[in-house]
Amino acid sequence: MIYSLLVLSSPFSGHCSRSAAEFAHGVIARGHTIHRIFFLDAGTLASAASSVFAQDEDTSLKGWSELADQHGVDLAICITSALKHGMLDQVEADRHGRPCATINPLFTVSGLGQLVDACASSDRLITFGG
Amino acid sequence: MTAAPKKTVLIVLRHSPYGSGLAKAALDTALATAAFDQAVDLLFIGDGVLQLQPDQDSTSLGMKNMGRQLASLPLYDIDHVYVDAQAAARYNMDLSKAPLLTRQLNGHEIHQLMVGYDHLLGF
Repeated sequence: MIYSLLVLSSPFSGHCSRSAAEFAHGVIARGHTIHRIFFLDAGTLASAASSVFAQDEDTSLKGWSELADQHGVDLAICITSALKHGMLDQVEADRHGRPCATINPLFTVSGLGQLVDACASSDRLITFGG
Repeated sequence: MTAAPKKTVLIVLRHSPYGSGLAKAALDTALATAAFDQAVDLLFIGDGVLQLQPDQDSTSLGMKNMGRQLASLPLYDIDHVYVDAQAAARYNMDLSKAPLLTRQLNGHEIHQLMVGYDHLLGF
């Protein structure tokens, strides 16, 4: 079965973002496919490259980097929400005159059309957060 | 966007209009879904019914007026809008003056509605 996930809440508040990553791992472990994980609103903060965590805490990127690196999962962040939350790739940083990119390159800045495509292309779309 | 089969989508709005970014995110998602010619309906439940308050004025919050944006949805062929009747009653809402024409549903009818869609997106 083809799954896509919609992540709405920040990884720094509550457990929904982490649950989404763990759910995605579970989906793959069961032999299903993840078509895309789309991050919207505060969910886009999952892409933050510069967050610093205490040594005995997991970083918010941990679950996502395994999904992207080991399983090639498409991690797409909504551009409108991303810009508001200060999550910029190099192209957007240059466009808006900001000093540097702030997202981890595992994530792709894209539009809501990618969420619509995820709905159309997936058997299940699961929302986390909100 | 790839040529994928059409899916029916129900966007479920559960939060008040200005307490977070979720109401705006839901509205943007509804507009994008309609723009890509996918079937999308809306359901306001719980605190989400507050998004339908008439005569909203968000000037002092420095935020866009959600009511005015909701009123534009029929222009994008989003015509089926449902409301949790119990929540509307709890907030004593006058839905006849809401920015959108809505249909009120009880708990059983909401359940019946939800099972009819391919996807539910909860905001």
